[in-house]
Amino acid sequence: MTAHFPILQVIIPLLAAPLCLFIRIPRIVGIFAILVSATAFLISCGLLQEVITGGTLSYQLGGWAAPWGIEYRIDKLNGYLLLLVSGVSTIVLVAAQTSISKELPENRHTFFYTAYLLCLTGLLGILATADAFNLFVFLEISALSSYTLIAIGTDRRALTASYQYLVMGTIGATFIIIGVGLMYMMTGTLNMYDLAERLPAVYESKTVLSAFGFFIVGVCLKLALFPLHLWLPNAYAYAPSITTAFLAATSTKVAVYVLIRYIFSIFGIEFVDMSLPLGDIFLFLGLTGIFVASVAAIYQLNIKRLFAYSSVAQIGYIILGLAIETELGLTATLLHLFNHALMKAAIFLAIGAVVYRIGSAQLSHYAGLGKKMPWTMAAIVAGGLSLIGVPLTVGFVSKWYLVVALLDKGWWPVAVLVLISSLIAVIYVWRVVEWIYLTPPRIITDEIKEAPMSQLIPIWILVLANIYFGVDTRLTVGVSKLAAQSLFGVN
Amino acid sequence: MNIIGLYNYWIVVVLMLIGFFIVIAHENLIKKLVGLSIFQTSVFFLYISMGKVAGATAPILDENYQLYSNPLPHVLILTAIVVGIATTAMGLALVVRIYEAYGSIEESDIQVQDNNDRLEDYLEAYGHKNDTHLFNQDKDE
Repeated sequence: MTAHFPILQVIIPLLAAPLCLFIRIPRIVGIFAILVSATAFLISCGLLQEVITGGTLSYQLGGWAAPWGIEYRIDKLNGYLLLLVSGVSTIVLVAAQTSISKELPENRHTFFYTAYLLCLTGLLGILATADAFNLFVFLEISALSSYTLIAIGTDRRALTASYQYLVMGTIGATFIIIGVGLMYMMTGTLNMYDLAERLPAVYESKTVLSAFGFFIVGVCLKLALFPLHLWLPNAYAYAPSITTAFLAATSTKVAVYVLIRYIFSIFGIEFVDMSLPLGDIFLFLGLTGIFVASVAAIYQLNIKRLFAYSSVAQIGYIILGLAIETELGLTATLLHLFNHALMKAAIFLAIGAVVYRIGSAQLSHYAGLGKKMPWTMAAIVAGGLSLIGVPLTVGFVSKWYLVVALLDKGWWPVAVLVLISSLIAVIYVWRVVEWIYLTPPRIITDEIKEAPMSQLIPIWILVLANIYFGVDTRLTVGVSKLAAQSLFGVN
Repeated sequence: MNIIGLYNYWIVVVLMLIGFFIVIAHENLIKKLVGLSIFQTSVFFLYISMGKVAGATAPILDENYQLYSNPLPHVLILTAIVVGIATTAMGLALVVRIYEAYGSIEESDIQVQDNNDRLEDYLEAYGHKNDTHLFNQDKDE
């Protein structure tokens, strides 16, 4: 049984998704979805433990040997991210039960859970697979279901946001598949580790170079690297809150994983160095992204849009870690992947709880809510502090590692810029605090009360995780370091 | 270099650019999807071309033939075609709902309407607009 864990992880949500359509009764479908996601989470816990103690796991689909058949390979890097994605997904699903009852019409609930489980399948599949084409298929599964998840709400702007995302996401995915095709042309293989062995022989060829170029642009579209982030703010702002929480925490992170996997495990850092000044490009785009998106966040009126822009800025930090091209930098990137997922899931779930009560994500409607919904608001503030990088939160840990990595490389001006950018984060988080606590309430009603327990518990699990991993960094830093070492060790 | 001999790759590049151009340049949401389809189709051509071995036949074992084309890229592209159809269907479904919600499928019309919405939000936050409607909304439920 445990031997089949790598595939079960992906196949269980895949099979469960159509089953949702047969169950039909929204309440039961909701609980079923939680169970499925929790099963995936338990499997990923088992997998990570096995990977840390026993080393990389390889699973041959249908018993066909690796370069011919499709291989699933779990190492420290994707074991760690599988745990993150399935864990966050389970917590978000618990909050979804009440949240979507207000945001979606009753007849769409079943479809919501179906699309959600498909999206989870896609994300877990991308992480687990070691086959370049299989990765593209899972990428499209997760993308198509996220377009649905975004458009399923009642806000009409979600439709245009979803359309925009569909166009840009498809261009990104097509670029990736062009890259895969060009690599197949040169090597005749699709298995990532087989590719890694065969590519060095054809490093000089222009085909491999253009494969790499197509690939980088495609993935950067998917992970919303500035200036390819245009689809993200609207998609996050107008989607149902649960969708936002789930996608913000997982989908861009998985895209970053794809980037890391291709750069380090397939092409190899030497090829990247001699072919493209990728470090410089990432440094420039990462930094510009951080500043442009942080400043844009300050001017937003919609709180979801505000934190969506902040997500673009955080992607900048993640990419900055990659730009350093050292083991320390990669550790910082992996840490921030994990930590940012925790922060954004907590914040967007808390916003979802407010939307549940007042039916709006306009910042001006949050005036005076600090007294009405103290626990929910405290969660938003805690998440905000984590975004700034206040000590004792996860945000501090990852920024600390990022700054240390930058100093270690000797890039102290960049380190200073990172610190300055944190001050911009103070401004946008302060704007939220100002509306919540210091502005007199505009809506005089006693009907607004604290969010229901079914939402507060998942929110606070995430907030406490934010603080716990900010203090006890053994798991996150430990695994990130091991993963970074193994990625650099491969080459 | 044999430029004419590589004509199928020229078709790939030309189709790819035509598709990409339509996606960027057209305002109409359906035309954009058509462009996207053309763009994806060019990749199908790329894969199919690379699987073809000169002078080879279909990969069905037969004593009379020694040389076979590579079937793998063709199989891969079957999957990609399915993905492409799903994407187009999804996109068209979205366009239908956009038309129902906005009464237009021209990007500029939609943008004007969205900007008006945003202006209202702005007025509500900083202007003197009465925000009782939110209160009423809550009461109705």
